[in-house]
Amino acid sequence: MSASTVMDPHGYELPADHRRYLRWTLYVGYAALVAGVFHGLAQALAYAKVDILQFFPDLKNYYQGLTAHGVANVLTFTFSFSNGFLPLLTARALSRPLNGFLVRATFAALLLGNLLTIYAIWSGTSNVLFTSYAPLQAHWTYYLGLALIVVSTWLATLNMVLALAAWRKNHRGERIPLLAFISIASYVMWFLASLPIAVLFLGFLLPWTLGWLSGTDPLFDRTLFWWTGHAIVYAWLLPAYVSWYALIPRQVEGKLVSDAYARITFILFLLLSIPTGFHHQYTDPGVPTAMKTVHAVLTFGVFFPSLATAFSVMASLEMGGRKRGGTGLIGWFRRLPWDDPSVTAQLLAMLTFVLGGATGLVNASYMMNQIIHNTTWVPGHFHMTVGTAVALTFMGVAYWLVPYLTGRALWSRGLALASSWIYTIGTLIFARGMISAGLEGMPRRIFRVEAAYDNPAWDLGGMLTAVGGTLMFFGIMMFFVDIGMTILAGKKGEQPKDVPVSETLTEPARTGWEPNLDRLGLWVVVAVLLIAIAYGPFLLTYGAPRLISPGFRLF
Amino acid sequence: MKVHTYERMFLAVGALLLVACLGALLYASTSHNMHLPGHVGAIDPARVRETAPFDQPGVQQTGPDAYTVVVIGSAWSFTPDEIRVPAGAAVTFVATSTDIIHGFYVAKTRVNVMLIPGQISRVTHTFDTPGEYLLLCHEYCGLGHHLMSGRVIVE
Repeated sequence: MSASTVMDPHGYELPADHRRYLRWTLYVGYAALVAGVFHGLAQALAYAKVDILQFFPDLKNYYQGLTAHGVANVLTFTFSFSNGFLPLLTARALSRPLNGFLVRATFAALLLGNLLTIYAIWSGTSNVLFTSYAPLQAHWTYYLGLALIVVSTWLATLNMVLALAAWRKNHRGERIPLLAFISIASYVMWFLASLPIAVLFLGFLLPWTLGWLSGTDPLFDRTLFWWTGHAIVYAWLLPAYVSWYALIPRQVEGKLVSDAYARITFILFLLLSIPTGFHHQYTDPGVPTAMKTVHAVLTFGVFFPSLATAFSVMASLEMGGRKRGGTGLIGWFRRLPWDDPSVTAQLLAMLTFVLGGATGLVNASYMMNQIIHNTTWVPGHFHMTVGTAVALTFMGVAYWLVPYLTGRALWSRGLALASSWIYTIGTLIFARGMISAGLEGMPRRIFRVEAAYDNPAWDLGGMLTAVGGTLMFFGIMMFFVDIGMTILAGKKGEQPKDVPVSETLTEPARTGWEPNLDRLGLWVVVAVLLIAIAYGPFLLTYGAPRLISPGFRLF
Repeated sequence: MKVHTYERMFLAVGALLLVACLGALLYASTSHNMHLPGHVGAIDPARVRETAPFDQPGVQQTGPDAYTVVVIGSAWSFTPDEIRVPAGAAVTFVATSTDIIHGFYVAKTRVNVMLIPGQISRVTHTFDTPGEYLLLCHEYCGLGHHLMSGRVIVE
């Protein structure tokens, strides 16, 4: 009865030149991860009042480094990974090639976008942090570079959608292979979510920076930013969920529980990720309280598909653990393949995400949000979500994906295992520090070493932040060495020969209501309706943007 | 299959839990009259210092136990940066920015609001305990961001 989540369980391999571009797309991402954590270390130490900025010769100030850290680690790293990972999985699931021109164009847009952004940040003319809040004004290359990175994700989305359309022509009446469906749904959600930030960067900030617009509207810009800005966290997360749902079961010798529930989860993310942005603006003036409350309710709603994920992933793990000889209530957990670095990294990512999700629910609860908004609580939270659930999963995927794409075995399993454990322990100490100091009122995004104020109650939290952040840094460096050595010196020919695609317990139904789940176009229409309900009243009552603010370059 | 029954049960319990949390949140905020900052009004950021009430920043008594504190944020200071209010009084902060986005945060209280150029922020709070509270900008506003601070002295 069980069925593969892909069309052809016996393996399909992309043409060599597609593989090469996808491989280099991933390298861009992993390089960005490593580059970004150097200033991460400086920031963590600065919270313990240890200043290592003098060891960064080209760095002009703390906030330039903070901009680099945010852009490299949550924008370049995440989207480069997904630009490589999701199209690869789609092609594998459908057993058909991608469009070669779009593969190359995706890489070119990503590379050019990165070069422009790196120039903008390196030159010190764009220290605006990744949030890019106007009327702080960056160099035009900053906005154009980031916009091109977004364009690269659109090209990757288009490539997957075209592959699906071509597949459908030859497979009328068949269900879309699950792995393809969830990969495509992830990036279709992101495509919808990215439209407001594209309007912000290309329609407002870039013309304003070039002098074509006399001013900009800070509140309107901020609203466009967070319109994309909450959904973006799901764009980071969903590729990790794809691995947890459809690959990890195979890696632990289990199966995916339910084809239909997996599809429903991703559909719910497509519907609910976007109409939630105002919960990042709970403390903003100019946004009516009632609208914030609507977004609060929807934010609680988007927690639901994550609960469904928790069940499904745990059930798959339990199946695997029991098959491997585990018994009793939790004995199966110990029998999971903890000697497999790819699995261990992702198990640790999942465990950390429980705390990340719980603190996220606190953020969504608006009265509590008023206590912790813009304190170090928030980075404490998101280093357990994007910083670990996502980043550590992407690292775990690298341990099979880089060997698969290079034809070389992982250089050192021991180093990879140590990296994941050290990184996770580091995150937990770091987050404990940031969260407790945040509850004591320590603001985020400040250079504590030179701050005009201080509080002894922040010392313990600051110290834990520094200790944990240092461990995280070393965890990433070990990852870097291991992947670098794999590419250069891994044993040839001992790599995994296929993507670890799982089976589901039951075949996807061909009759009844379930085939309707595959109607992505319909779900996009419903998503747009929900967005209209969530943002329509604001747009209608706010009226036209007031272009009142000139640019400020106070850095 | 049993696992599918468990899955439905887990999801039902999870959904109930979320509804309960959300219900508690909505109940607590309405019963304790704790609300988020909302829409107050627009202002021209270039003319803040000439526009009422920001032409007279500072503390004004508006009732027997009510005070309004008018504050201007601009890179990288608050005007005024020392605010004295009595304990137990309802203190309404009315603030805005003349240039870029700033934060207005009295550490360890619910006085936590953004200052956005073009918008007026308002938040009311009662300080029950006398003492000195740290007022700080908690949104990145350029090179001197970590210097932008003040004091609220509750007497």
